[in-house]
Amino acid sequence: MRYIDEYRDGRLAKDIARQIATLADPARCYHFMEFCGGHTHAISRYGLEDLLPQNMQMIHGPGCPVCVLPIGRIDAAIALAMRPEITICTYGDLMRVPGSNGSSLLKARTAGADIRMVYSTLDALRIAEAEPDREVVFFAIGFETTTPPTALALRIAIAKELRNFSIFCNHVLTPAAIQNILESPDVRKLGTVKIDGFIGPAHVSTVIGTEPYEFFAEEFQKPVVVAGFEPLDVIQAILMLVRQVNDGRHEVENQYIRAVTTFGNEKAQTEIANFFELCESFEWRGLGEVPYGAVRLRPQYAEYDAEKRFSMVTPAVKDNPACECGAILRGVKKPADCKLFGTVCTPDTPMGSCMVSYEGACAAHWTYGRFREHAKASERGRAVA
Amino acid sequence: MNVMVKANRRKLDLKSGRVDLSHGAGGRAMGQLIEGIFHKAFDNEWLRAGNDQSAFMVPGGRMVMTTDGYVVSPLFFPGGNIGSLAVHGTINDIAMAGAVPLYLSASFIIEEGFPLADLDRIAETMGAASREAGMPIITGDTKVVERGKADGVFISTAGVGMVPAGLDLRSDATRPGDVVIVSGSIGDHGVAVMSKRENLEFDTDIVSDSAALHGLVAAMVEATGASIRLMRDPTRGGLAATLNEIANASKVGFRIDEEAIPINPEVAAACELLGLDPLNVANEGKLAAVVAPEAADALLAAMRAHPLGREAALIGHVVADDNCFVQMATSFGGGRIVDWLSGEQLPRIC
Repeated sequence: MRYIDEYRDGRLAKDIARQIATLADPARCYHFMEFCGGHTHAISRYGLEDLLPQNMQMIHGPGCPVCVLPIGRIDAAIALAMRPEITICTYGDLMRVPGSNGSSLLKARTAGADIRMVYSTLDALRIAEAEPDREVVFFAIGFETTTPPTALALRIAIAKELRNFSIFCNHVLTPAAIQNILESPDVRKLGTVKIDGFIGPAHVSTVIGTEPYEFFAEEFQKPVVVAGFEPLDVIQAILMLVRQVNDGRHEVENQYIRAVTTFGNEKAQTEIANFFELCESFEWRGLGEVPYGAVRLRPQYAEYDAEKRFSMVTPAVKDNPACECGAILRGVKKPADCKLFGTVCTPDTPMGSCMVSYEGACAAHWTYGRFREHAKASERGRAVA
Repeated sequence: MNVMVKANRRKLDLKSGRVDLSHGAGGRAMGQLIEGIFHKAFDNEWLRAGNDQSAFMVPGGRMVMTTDGYVVSPLFFPGGNIGSLAVHGTINDIAMAGAVPLYLSASFIIEEGFPLADLDRIAETMGAASREAGMPIITGDTKVVERGKADGVFISTAGVGMVPAGLDLRSDATRPGDVVIVSGSIGDHGVAVMSKRENLEFDTDIVSDSAALHGLVAAMVEATGASIRLMRDPTRGGLAATLNEIANASKVGFRIDEEAIPINPEVAAACELLGLDPLNVANEGKLAAVVAPEAADALLAAMRAHPLGREAALIGHVVADDNCFVQMATSFGGGRIVDWLSGEQLPRIC
């Protein structure tokens, strides 16, 4: 696979790992947060932990749009879906996200709700065109990466005068969330963890560029390395972060130069700005209210805004108190620290959002890495014996 | 399959006719459908007897029987269709016991409105596949349901076969030190089907690996006999599900090597594009075998000498592990678990 295999070269990875081990100061610990679930997935899937020195800890951040969607938004979508005239279209991995009382879109569908999995916003538009008697609502979710396709769908719907199409907007913004992890008093109250640097989002940055992280890096004096999702990208980003930390630098560096530029995709940004505006505040699951952490449809497109069109109500719903997703999303705890992990909460029976998406920290650890706990337990057992 | 007397026959319009409810009602139309499509395609002495069942002589020894349902979408895909899949799948289930396949049954649930030409094509493919494998379809059943109550055609099959004397492959027979061998590249079938699925269509030269594996199995049994602990065809759930099933049945673990697993570059690329893991993708013409380590070389040589085992590869070994983990050394130098898939594999959001 051209352009893929180059970034999965095991020999090169081992060489970079050796450089990291050489540069890492044994007198200190390094804590790096990878913001994106895609990075978390790569770290788990390729076993990158095994290549890093003991004094280097990767902290899995909140960068999975499925994981950070509050329960109340799921409940609101389910309530809407149960109305007989409504068809909800959404991306597949949202279907299993638990709402209140064990509900989910998937369960609502078995109860008769018309909920359809789509692969793109254009599929939802096609359904609206083909079935003019249905009210087709696209349950939009994702970071800056998936916002332009939603804007495009809106542009087409307006051009085609599709009156039965609307959007339940849940598009969130990454720079605000990264800032919130370090700045918010609420998050600090809930517990924080030391972070020496960030691996910045990959696909998000193809849209917004690296420039939005400049203020953050300067203000909080934390280095940011924007990196791709291939394993070689991630390990190279770690090397770049180690160098910055050792040098006392806090700059924004771009590892993902094959896809990301300083100012990003300005056409896509314009398309977003044409149809969306900033929300003053939006709840992120695990992070609480994030100032300017999301976008909503501009008032002139109110008829395409499902929340207004159907007077949707988003209930305030608290997470299961035993579920540690909130602490895990902030990097305060690791998946195995949660009492529910691997007992009642597995990918087959997810209790919390981190276990639902394949890119959630808990699902990634369960699917790829849980043997490490058992290996450590066996070692402890042998030591005691 | 009761066959109507010839006097009641009417000509089937294979060019533009469609299945309707009468074709499943047990009357003339049903007899005509059976005669005009299935008997024509499957033609053999047992079906010609026209009973609701077929009696046959059983040679002495252990017989195996299996049954399976096929609800694949789309019905036609590069390298086969639901008919060839149903025949190959059932033959392979028999063959994985090390058995020689003997007889097949086929039951059809057809949706009202289904084109007769498509049904004819499916049946012809099934007939050809069963004849090629020497496993005739000797009995069957046909039902037609109202439009909207089935997805075109569903096929259920059953098969029987005989196990050679002295061979006893068991799912709990593996032990630490055994090695695991696959017969060729994995994921071809799943990707071929996905490439034609509605809303997901993409161009690829990948064709399904759907094939009857009993010939390969016979060569393997002849080469190493009882040294083979067990065999499985990694269909739905892929190689990951198969290895986890074996690990749990035998209360052992696996250590496999990512770089040793044969994967067609186009399959790897398609999986990459869709955010899927090839280890979870279905196969219909591949097998995984666990074998005593001393027999591994002989088995690999026998497999590679067979057209369906040319790419056979040793991909790992069995270890003692109370957790029954399937662990894999990644091409990147790290380690990971290879787990069962939870639910359906879904493309990622971003």
